[in-house]
Amino acid sequence: MYAFDVTRPKTVAEAVEALGAEEAQALGGGQTLIPTLKQRLASPSVLVSLASIDEIKGVCADGDTLTIGGGTTHATVAQEAAATYPALAALAANIGDPAVRNRGTIGGSLANNDPSACYPSAALASNATIVTNTREIAADDYFQGLFTTALEPGEIITGVKFPVPQAANYQKFVQPASRFSLVGVFVAKYADGVRVAVTGASEGGVFRWTEAEAALSADFSPAALDGLTASADGLINDLHGDAEYRAHLIKVMTKRAVAAAN
Amino acid sequence: MTKVTIKVNGKPVTAEVEGRTLLVEFLREKSRNTGTHVGCDTSQCGACVVHVNGNAVKSCTMFAIEADGAEVRTVEGMQNADGSLSALQAAFQEHHGLQCGFCTPGMIMSASDLLKNNPKPTEAEIRHHLEGNICRCTGYHNIVKAIMAASGQDVSNIAAE
Ligand SMILES: Cc1cc2nc3c(=O)[nH]c(=O)nc-3n(C[C@H](O)[C@H](O)[C@H](O)COP(=O)(O)OP(=O)(O)OC[C@H]3O[C@@H](n4cnc5c(N)ncnc54)[C@H](O)[C@@H]3O)c2cc1C
Ligand code: FES
Ligand code: FES
Repeated sequence: MYAFDVTRPKTVAEAVEALGAEEAQALGGGQTLIPTLKQRLASPSVLVSLASIDEIKGVCADGDTLTIGGGTTHATVAQEAAATYPALAALAANIGDPAVRNRGTIGGSLANNDPSACYPSAALASNATIVTNTREIAADDYFQGLFTTALEPGEIITGVKFPVPQAANYQKFVQPASRFSLVGVFVAKYADGVRVAVTGASEGGVFRWTEAEAALSADFSPAALDGLTASADGLINDLHGDAEYRAHLIKVMTKRAVAAAN
Repeated sequence: MTKVTIKVNGKPVTAEVEGRTLLVEFLREKSRNTGTHVGCDTSQCGACVVHVNGNAVKSCTMFAIEADGAEVRTVEGMQNADGSLSALQAAFQEHHGLQCGFCTPGMIMSASDLLKNNPKPTEAEIRHHLEGNICRCTGYHNIVKAIMAASGQDVSNIAAE
């Protein structure tokens, strides 16, 4: 690692000010950023740790909306979202391993937007709102491709608002070495229709499988997907699985998610 | 350099660290708790797992500054008050839950983290909880057996395969 300073502000306002410094970068749980720093793929002058900011931590259910603070760890979501949004809690409970879940945060995961990460699929399938220190961004506008989001430099994810669905499920085909998803599918059913978000599969990052959404909105059953095939165009081709295999998995995992949600 | 104080196994340790000093470096080089190992340094193997304020974390993936003021427990803090092996440590010895021993400190810290919240875990729960702890020797079977035995469960019909 190159040398840098670490600051630990206690409020969002202090963190935003600290992030105004040249080459400053936010530090969430560090579960992605620290390995990146070790590889010298990032060289910040100062890391602004968000871990001491209580106002961006916690899970809060209010009517049909579940709000999760941007600094909330996966372990906390797994526990505290279980009653309100069990599919989301189950997703959090299966990210990496217990030690990763005790440090990694939802804000860090969404800011990073790894093409194989779990949370982006939940946010997109739930049409969540990403709340930052300056604005609110709809999930449909937030994810902009591989490791790319609508966030501006220095912008902090302070919370994520999830509309609670009538039924939902996440199915993750685990890449056994990394424990990320080789293909993961999040299905969420709302009064006005079904949304299906796919992670792990595309070179462009998380995306919605709109044909499946239309079929499932008409008939929320695994059989509704029988006539559909996910396209292999633009899917990831690597040693863990080629594009055709991933396309096949998308349908299999979507069917499993619908079956489990019913 | 920044001065940090971390309570390691109940004893406050103060040292000057850089921003990039990892918690595991603090533990091994400042407080001399070399029981905490570095296997991969890439957040994969779990040999460096310690408890920070009661939660299992990979100490190679946390900065020492982030633990300023925290209570850290390492494998050196796991024995009974009289210095004898804890039930979990004794079970690893009894059931051959280690061979070279490199992964063992992390295994003990992760297993005790599991038993704290789930005093009688099933075999599947143990394997799921140890997903981030890699062992190159044992094939895991005897580790799982040791943890089941430490939690007071009958392991007489769990044979090493
Ligand atoms: C062994 C291992 C297995 C894993 N398995 C999985 C898995 O199965 N599924 C999965 O989804 N993920 C997995 N992860 C990644 C893990 O979920 C990370 O915790 C997460 O991707 C990043 O969150 P973090 O809080 O650690 O962020 P950091 O690593 O601290 O930061 C990541 C990036 O986000 C920025 N950032 C952090 N917080 C904020 C914020 N609040 N606002 C704006 N920007 C911010 C940082 O500047 C940095 O660019 C795994 C990681 C490891 C080490
Ligand atoms: S040394 Fe920390 S996970 Fe391997
Ligand atoms: S006993 Fe050798 S690595 Fe586990």
